Amino acid sequence: MTLSPVVRYLARYLALAYITVLVIVPVGLILWRTFQPGLGEFFAQITTPAAISALQLTLLVVAIVVPLNVLFGVPTALVLARNRFRGKSVLQAVIDLPFAVSPVVVGVALILLWGSAGLLGFVEHSWGFKIIFGFPGIVLASIFVTVPFVIREVEPVLHELGTDQEEAASTLGAQWWQTFWRITLPSIRWGLTYGIVLTVARTLGEYGAVIMVSSNLPGQSQTLTLLVSDRYNRGAEYGAYAMSTVLMAVAVIVLIVQVILDARRARAAQ
Amino acid sequence: MSDEHKQGRTPAITVRGANKRYGDFAALDNVDFDVPEGSLTALLGPSGSGKSTLLRAIAGLDTPDTGTITIKGNDVTGVPPQRRGIGFVFQHYAAFKHLTVRENVAFGLKIRKKPKAEIKAKVDDLLEVVGLSGFQTRYPSQLSGGQRQRMALARALAVDPKVLLLDEPFGALDAKVRDDLRAWLRRLHDEVHVTTVLVTHDQAEALDVADRIAVLNKGRIEQVGSPTEVYDSPSNPFVMSFLGAVSTLNGTLVRPHDIRVGRTPDMAISQAEGNVAATGVLRAKVDRVVVLGFEVRVELTTAADHTPFTAQITRGDAEALRLIEGDTVYVRATRIPPIAGQTQEVEAVLARA
Repeated sequence: MTLSPVVRYLARYLALAYITVLVIVPVGLILWRTFQPGLGEFFAQITTPAAISALQLTLLVVAIVVPLNVLFGVPTALVLARNRFRGKSVLQAVIDLPFAVSPVVVGVALILLWGSAGLLGFVEHSWGFKIIFGFPGIVLASIFVTVPFVIREVEPVLHELGTDQEEAASTLGAQWWQTFWRITLPSIRWGLTYGIVLTVARTLGEYGAVIMVSSNLPGQSQTLTLLVSDRYNRGAEYGAYAMSTVLMAVAVIVLIVQVILDARRARAAQ
Repeated sequence: MSDEHKQGRTPAITVRGANKRYGDFAALDNVDFDVPEGSLTALLGPSGSGKSTLLRAIAGLDTPDTGTITIKGNDVTGVPPQRRGIGFVFQHYAAFKHLTVRENVAFGLKIRKKPKAEIKAKVDDLLEVVGLSGFQTRYPSQLSGGQRQRMALARALAVDPKVLLLDEPFGALDAKVRDDLRAWLRRLHDEVHVTTVLVTHDQAEALDVADRIAVLNKGRIEQVGSPTEVYDSPSNPFVMSFLGAVSTLNGTLVRPHDIRVGRTPDMAISQAEGNVAATGVLRAKVDRVVVLGFEVRVELTTAADHTPFTAQITRGDAEALRLIEGDTVYVRATRIPPIAGQTQEVEAVLARA
């Protein structure tokens, strides 16, 4: 497609204006509102007990969700990449389901399953183990929405890798676990790390599924996103801006890591 | 197969009654196969002939449906590849991309928990043998295809395998590199003497490198023998045509270079054959003369029934004959392979000669 210079400039500025209105202005406004009263006020807002609790809770969720997704995601990706079996396409569709289903629906489904009136409600009223409106519910919701990331990032890398190197390792005497640690895992490391980054980003930002299953009590069961929304609804708008900035800062760090990894992966693929 | 019995040696590898089916497709069809100790045996066949399946079955990378495999007298039929004592080289190198050349070659030794000093000495030794000294700290991506494959060979040899199995090792390389590596492999085998099985679909490679060739077709072994045996005395038309060019002369398969062309019936007989009567000589018309460097390919049709065939003569002969399209010449097969199915014709032809 060849465009005249005028059209090209027009298209360029149109795209810029579009991004500006939709992304840069809202984000910039939040930053401006956050730092307008000064850094002292900002720090005061992000160090309240509720804020610290929210940050801790969010990081705890991440610390549980990521290892679980890696632990189950890598074997699942291995099965999908290496085996042919009946129902494989169904399994793949199921894994992609969290991409398609609205997080609110995920929350409702978890309540139907684990809630006190749910199918597995006996866990709560017979064993006294609170899942819905407790910490386990938040973890379950976060896992549900992040399940595809590790699997979907690792599976194509495994496909690309093939089985030659693993077979070579086995002819050289390596048992399957030695082959996995020394050959397979190092070969998929960039795909896996990328999957982890995406999982972290999504876990940090998840709102819809978590709000359904959390009791949403400040200082107890609020993640960062819940706190932002809660502060805003209570009229503590400045607090909401400040927490949003914290969330964005974390997101930007994740984004930078993502860009670096992408470059690394491109280099490793050569 | 007769020579190892003469020497009273047991084969390094024996395969008995191996079958492998993929649905309706028989990759291995009741294969019996022996590899003599110290030999360099080529498994030669077209794609889908089962040659790679047979090699992978010996390695333990594929499991045959039935049959037994022994390596150096040990029944390894149910044994995983880790404990078969084999070295395997893959067509696409299977280099460990995240490891350096040194780490690649050291892999099997590290798995065996050998002392560091011993590993280093052995790796440096092997890299010297394969001509990669000084490449220790490079990564596979920094090597050429030929270098990668030599690294893969060093890696396979590092664990002192009882047998070395090569699956189309030069298949992914340029023609020039392939020729060099072939010659190099031959020399290496003369030095190291490890029993080697090489899979190839390239008859020139098999004839060049191997001291024994097993020709496979449709999951069966058609013939096993020395390069000369399978080339000169093929047991059937498939082996005959797979090992080199063929021409049909008078209803018989012959090699184009075994057809003598002459200006007169007498000239179709060579001097060395002395007073052989000029029988079995056919009249033919020259259709086309193609100069292929040293050789000259002459396309002809027989005068009697106009069947086309091809003769291959030396440039010297071609110049002496001064063949021009449309010329009438006399041709005769100087060697007719004793192929089953055409034996009677052959005998008849030879009786007349």
